[in-house]
Amino acid sequence: MELDPLILSRIQFAFVVSFHAIFPVFTIGLASYIAVLEGLAFKTRNPVWTKLSTFWTKVFAVVFGMGVVSGIVMSFQFGTNWSAFSQASANFLGPILSYEVITAFFLEAAFLGVLLFGRDKVPAGVHLFAAIMVATGTFISSFWILAANSWMQTPAGVEFREGVFHVVSWSEAIFNPSFPYRFMHMALASFLTGGFVVAGVSAWYLLRGREVEANRKALSMCLWLLLFIAPAQAVVGDFHGLNTLEHQPTKVAAMEGNWETSRNVPLLLFAIPDQENQTNHFEIGIPSLASLILTHEWDGEVPGLNEVAVEEQPPVAIVFWSFRIMVGIGVLMILFALAGLFLRAGGRLYKTRWYLQGMRFMSIAPFFAVLTGWFVTEVGRAPWLVYGMMTQAESVTPSLTGGMALFTLIGYIVVYALVFSAGVYYLMRVLYVGLEDADDEEHASDRPARPLSAAHVPFEIESGSHGVHQAKPANEGGH
Amino acid sequence: MELFDLALIWAFIIGFGIIMYVLMDGFDLGVGILFPFAPSEEDRDTMMNSVAPVWDGNETWLVLGGAGLLAAFPMVYSIFLPALYIGVFLLLAGLIFRGVAFEFRFKARTSRYLWNWSFAGGSTIAAFAQGAVVGAYIQGFNTVNGAYVGGALDWLTPFTVLTGLGMLAGYALLGSTWLIMKTEGRLQEWAYRVSAPLLIAVLVVFGIISVWTPFVDDMVRERWFSNLSVIWILPALTLLCAFQIWRSVRNRFEGMPFVATMGLFITTYLGLVVSKWPYVVPPNYTLWDAASAYESQLFLLLGLLFVIPIVLAYTAWTYWVFRGKVRAGEGYH
Repeated sequence: MELDPLILSRIQFAFVVSFHAIFPVFTIGLASYIAVLEGLAFKTRNPVWTKLSTFWTKVFAVVFGMGVVSGIVMSFQFGTNWSAFSQASANFLGPILSYEVITAFFLEAAFLGVLLFGRDKVPAGVHLFAAIMVATGTFISSFWILAANSWMQTPAGVEFREGVFHVVSWSEAIFNPSFPYRFMHMALASFLTGGFVVAGVSAWYLLRGREVEANRKALSMCLWLLLFIAPAQAVVGDFHGLNTLEHQPTKVAAMEGNWETSRNVPLLLFAIPDQENQTNHFEIGIPSLASLILTHEWDGEVPGLNEVAVEEQPPVAIVFWSFRIMVGIGVLMILFALAGLFLRAGGRLYKTRWYLQGMRFMSIAPFFAVLTGWFVTEVGRAPWLVYGMMTQAESVTPSLTGGMALFTLIGYIVVYALVFSAGVYYLMRVLYVGLEDADDEEHASDRPARPLSAAHVPFEIESGSHGVHQAKPANEGGH
Repeated sequence: MELFDLALIWAFIIGFGIIMYVLMDGFDLGVGILFPFAPSEEDRDTMMNSVAPVWDGNETWLVLGGAGLLAAFPMVYSIFLPALYIGVFLLLAGLIFRGVAFEFRFKARTSRYLWNWSFAGGSTIAAFAQGAVVGAYIQGFNTVNGAYVGGALDWLTPFTVLTGLGMLAGYALLGSTWLIMKTEGRLQEWAYRVSAPLLIAVLVVFGIISVWTPFVDDMVRERWFSNLSVIWILPALTLLCAFQIWRSVRNRFEGMPFVATMGLFITTYLGLVVSKWPYVVPPNYTLWDAASAYESQLFLLLGLLFVIPIVLAYTAWTYWVFRGKVRAGEGYH
């Protein structure tokens, strides 16, 4: 079989961007949580809030650091594997992505340093302000990235002349039709991720009886947040879906596994899409429900995959199943948030072990929901890269061979496996050491652009220690 | 409506960014290259401590350079990256490994040797890849209609291997003269000792490249030899810098070797610029061919004019805070 550079480039981009996405989606939510903790600490002067904030800021630093490292690769991927696309869309995407870099730089230079290292050096109000600015900065950063992505989904404000997109209206291009929905959906996803991770880790500490007062507060406030935003995400997701139906009906058809345009379309709970024969096997569905959800009428007409030629259809099975996993996790999230409310009403929230264990496992659920959600929207627009204007095949680097693409695909997998295993391992160490870690000494070389320098937990497990009292690394002797 | 030649302004900005990156990442890559050869583990601690507080800013220049190229000169971006495909991967992998090593070596004890190798190996690969990129630029690219049409390894030739080695030697020299300035005692003495052979290596490789380039490139030959022009002042200054390095190392000056090495890099860089001006994708495309649309260049320029002074001020402030000598055992960290 001949190696296809297009398929390999798509896999490579999916791999690199998926790996990258899990870090920022967490830090965006966590930054807001830290800002809230700082606000509570400022207002109430209760040291518990400061303790929680100090700990989660450390976690934030490690995750942010990994996001920065994996992000470097992203800014070169467009050129190496998608040079024809880069050349064509640079007039819009170049400035937009550059503004993201500028935003990120500002964030690091001006406010991240104060947040990570300034607790005892600046007045409490200034520290709170820095926390709020970091949280705001992460949203501005995602604003640019999602503007770029949404433009590729629903291009607007440009003219296509001589093979190149020219911007005729920056505001129309940035605030393109799918942008507001995608931004809201992603913002809530970040809050859900931050909320479930903090809740899950707090539940784990409670199961082990560690720092009970602080972790109960953390779990409690996260559950209140999740109680509102988990259902809210379902509503926003519905609006996002309707927007997609308007602009990218084929994607919705793939999400629903709907091969032919028809009325009274069922909501499929299970099916095995068969792209070759343009049909599904083993369908289990609820009659007419998809029509109701998408058109708000029982007998509403839902466009099918047959509206476009077979070669213009996305890979249906990936989109169909990713969508179901995402929605399934979303439903699970709502159930966990509601269960929390009932247990709280019965006064059993902090003692119900099955629930705390469940929350512990739910801490990884949002990452799968986010990734499968992105699979839906990214795979679902295939074969287009700029929807309706430029296909993936037209976008790939013309000189790229299958062998080259395979070489770097394997290369990135190896590099990421090594580097991020170390990173995730270290993150686990930070979580294991937990809130009790008293090492908050200053280190003069700690820099905001090296966020990991905000954590001083040693890399290896000390023999004989159980994570509460840590000896310091030898080279951290003098200060 | 087009009041300014924005492409020219952008060429100046990106050109400035490149030399800033080379000088500032150069010495800390150089410290990484020299890392395995240091006299002792304690000296390695000191070496790393000498660059730990300041190396971070360089990532900013690199990413901003990547995104800025896409915005201002998309043709450069979309020809260089495919043409240097494998090299770009090696460069990024090298930078990732050494960046992570910086963080984890400080937190590690028994696994420290792994991070030592990660730091040294990553730095060496990244430096070599950058040198090869320069060589590939001098060589030129096989293009049709603004797209690269050459092979995967066209960039890897004896000439680019030589420029890669030249960059290794040059960065190592920046690293050793940096250590002269920032350390004392046994480590400083070691840095003095390795600087002389490194200088010779740099001069030999740079010399071969300077003689070789006019032979492979008609335009460069024309420019330098058709009539005796003022640009010959640049190689003269380069030699003057080299002499200054040699003299100041022999006389055990502390700051001058590093300053003169930076001078050597700047004059060589300017020599390269005048050789190739105004071609950004040799041999076919000038910076005006490669530029993006006027309104796109303007849109980003407004933000950048605001941010560049802040980047520079922040960088200067960092170096000011961490001025002075790093001593063994009482490092910054």
